Amino acid sequence: MFNSNIWRMKRYADNVMGMLDLQREINRLFSNTGQNTTSDYPAINIWEKDDSIVVTTELPGMDAEQINVSVTGAMLTIAGTSKADPMKEGETYLRQEREIGSFQRNFQLPFQVDSKAVEARYEKGVLHITLPRIKEDLPKKIKINL
Amino acid sequence: MSEKDLQKTQNTAVTEKIRNVKTFVPRVDIYETREAIFLIADMPGVDEKTVDVELEKNILTISGHVENGKVKDYNLVFSEYEVGDYEREFTLSDEIDRDKIKAMVRQGVLRLELPKAEKVKPKKIEINAV
Repeated sequence: MFNSNIWRMKRYADNVMGMLDLQREINRLFSNTGQNTTSDYPAINIWEKDDSIVVTTELPGMDAEQINVSVTGAMLTIAGTSKADPMKEGETYLRQEREIGSFQRNFQLPFQVDSKAVEARYEKGVLHITLPRIKEDLPKKIKINL
Repeated sequence: MSEKDLQKTQNTAVTEKIRNVKTFVPRVDIYETREAIFLIADMPGVDEKTVDVELEKNILTISGHVENGKVKDYNLVFSEYEVGDYEREFTLSDEIDRDKIKAMVRQGVLRLELPKAEKVKPKKIEINAV
């Protein structure tokens, strides 16, 4: 994409490594724009409130037992397997557009989660996970003395 | 998981709604057995009350209405998918027995069973030894 001009780099010799790193990072960012890979399944929305966040994701047609949600520290993992209908011999798919197979996705959350108080709800094919912040991590209101 | 576009596709052909919501094309699997054609559509967010299946002449329309996906008291800070209604149309052939179409919804998935009419079911012909 953007190739480094080695001669121009010489002028900034002190920081060449840093610049190359930055360049690589920018190329990586832009070469993937608009593409979603399978590691991005399922798509999520994140909702925030003072003391907790909610993660919602669309996982149609699963059984609650097929979805694994786990939390360690500030890391949330959503994994699972969706199955297709069992096919008999001589039966054929005329169209196959739905997502079938196993998936796993990890998210780094902005705070430590009280893993005991995490709640997950699955209804109408939408998974809804409530993740409360641990008490020690909550912002403390500081009183201003006059 | 296959390498296809994971975003929901917006249905631009559909008549615009009065409510300002997007309409998406539900992803479907269709397969055929000896007795019937099965249609399975992913419509996360719908239930049996908010999904509609209509058959007019030979056009089968499936549509679903989804309440705005907002979470009460929370603010959206990061978004990868959008929430909206669903609509998709299919043309059916005459070989479907229209009176026996069955539909069910479970966890945001609509499942339609379209039984084939008696006259078009493949018949096995017994061959007798002489």
